[in-house]
Amino acid sequence: MKDVELKMIERAKELLASGEVARVIGWKKGEFYFDPVPASFETVEELDSLVYNYFCGANLSKYLIEMSKKEGKTAVFLKPCDTYSFNQLVKEHRIKRENVYVIAVECLAKLDINKIKAQGVTGVTDVEVVDKQVKVTSLYGEVVLNKPDVVLEKCSVCQKTHQVKDEEIILHERPERDVNRFAQVAELEAMTEDECFAFWRNQLSKCIRCNACRNVCPACSCVKCVFDNPASGIAAKANDDKFEEQLFHIIRAFHVAGRCTDCGECSRVCPQNIPLHLLNRKFIKDIDSFYGEYQAGETAEGKTPLTEYTEGDTEPNDVFKGEAK
Amino acid sequence: MLKIAKERLNDLYAKIAESMGLFIPIKRAGEVNYAVWAEGKEVSLETLKTVKSPKNAFFPQTENMMKFKTEGKNLEVIDIRKDWSEEKSFVMFGVKACDYKAIEVLDKVFLAEPVDTYYQLRRKAGIIVTLACSRPEESCFCKAFGIDATSPLGDVTTWMDETYLYWQANTEKGEALTALVQDLFTEGGEEEVAAQKETTAAIIDKLPYSNLDLSRFKPENLNELFNASEWEEMSEACLGCGTCTFVCPTCQCFDIRDFKTNEGVLRYRCWDSCMYSDFTLMAHGNSRTTQMQRFRQRFMHKLVYYPSQNDGLYSCVGCGRCVNKCPQNLNIVKVIKTLGGKNND
Repeated sequence: MKDVELKMIERAKELLASGEVARVIGWKKGEFYFDPVPASFETVEELDSLVYNYFCGANLSKYLIEMSKKEGKTAVFLKPCDTYSFNQLVKEHRIKRENVYVIAVECLAKLDINKIKAQGVTGVTDVEVVDKQVKVTSLYGEVVLNKPDVVLEKCSVCQKTHQVKDEEIILHERPERDVNRFAQVAELEAMTEDECFAFWRNQLSKCIRCNACRNVCPACSCVKCVFDNPASGIAAKANDDKFEEQLFHIIRAFHVAGRCTDCGECSRVCPQNIPLHLLNRKFIKDIDSFYGEYQAGETAEGKTPLTEYTEGDTEPNDVFKGEAK
Repeated sequence: MLKIAKERLNDLYAKIAESMGLFIPIKRAGEVNYAVWAEGKEVSLETLKTVKSPKNAFFPQTENMMKFKTEGKNLEVIDIRKDWSEEKSFVMFGVKACDYKAIEVLDKVFLAEPVDTYYQLRRKAGIIVTLACSRPEESCFCKAFGIDATSPLGDVTTWMDETYLYWQANTEKGEALTALVQDLFTEGGEEEVAAQKETTAAIIDKLPYSNLDLSRFKPENLNELFNASEWEEMSEACLGCGTCTFVCPTCQCFDIRDFKTNEGVLRYRCWDSCMYSDFTLMAHGNSRTTQMQRFRQRFMHKLVYYPSQNDGLYSCVGCGRCVNKCPQNLNIVKVIKTLGGKNND
């Protein structure tokens, strides 16, 4: 991955130096290997702190809503999954496409520091990836973990490819693999209604209503969210009412249905590790079965299953009964 | 000093719970938070940092304050404060040194005139049993704020090793609790506790963030720090979510709202976050219109405003929750290293 990082820095420097772009969006070195921060770089010197490693899981697409409005072009490094969010935001006229220069960058799956810690490793100070092994150094010794066990959930089922690129930096071939992103949804569907309700109540009752899921979500791009608007009459900062809590997440899932690209950021950022992606994935699976397979963000144009009417559409009643026509 | 074998801890919890509420770190759906103990719950004292801090027990995320009823031109105000003195008290069990210090920070806000009686009633009712740390993490930096994680205060202090939990009462409340559970304990543990303190202190000395330089965070540098050019860059990636503020043991801001019910109006308060766009919204609009300003407010409050009003006491205790939980890896350590003083790297 270091070779990719060096290549990225080299290209970013060229683009800035030549004046082709005014800024570059990437990730900046943190205090440790595992805490890089999304950042913009405006000078060649600043780019020496650009980092690209196994912890650059953050999706940079949403930052482009603001960045693409700035003077001059913005170059951005996008992983395969990030490009779907990018396309979707272009489709919704949130990103000014002509102001962005997309550098598609290889991924090879990102790691989840929480999953590493969940393996019982405390006081992590360094992480090194060698093939399928993750060597973790901590205050209390070293352990070697199996990489597939500690990748971000979104990466564990990823089969995405770059949908947008003005150029690419791909130095390693991604291994073919067979994964099913709907396996967990199928498990939920196999539950009885009571079991499923208990599962979600248990998970959602942990919610602290920090709104990290909403704020990171590229599909949640309303200029003013209804829940932040005191004039809406339903603005809420409280999380006490369990019923409301269940509603907040389900309403949000409905709102992004058909537009959610399954980028997995909601689950990555949740401080209580609520598997929020499962709500969205259930909608994706249903849309697939009711209206034919559809992946949001594959293109930046055209209508979507939920915004297009055709005579042969599944009737609402069939949707309610959970039966595809 | 008293001790109890770890396999008998369940008896201790049951004994306490017989006569009062017991709040203790409990694992639910994979995460550990303070919750009311009951037989069969999965207690996790080993968890160093609960997701939410124990402040929730004294300053709940949501709290009803009063009710109003109107009839004609009459307005009735109904006091719904719980008088804990007539109730059982409750125990907060397993509070770490940083989180205990955080309660001191909150006390200075809520117990100063005018006293916040909602908070005061809970504080009076609560008995705090602290637990010394023995396995601090890379994100811990309580030492930078002068906190000794090996010997927390509280009504009772406990230490835990592989086999025993050691118990020492510090206050009258602590003595009373001890009297209640004494039968389950035996004498001893001084040597083990002394040894553990020494070992833990050595680990703390070597923690990557233990020696942060805070020297520049002084009231006289307020303007200079406020106007520092670095805020723009530091806050650039901030999502404006409330994670850091809601997991923080010292964040104390709340919003008050009225809620119309079938039986009149309910006034409640709930935690607010300076990261939110509608924080301190006034009739004229919002005093902080950019995320940079909101971000700056949070750290200036922790490191400059609060200490300038409280004899230099910082309102960060180095628990490291924000370090672990910020979605984009922004945190107070990065702010301290950027603005704190010359000896940060």
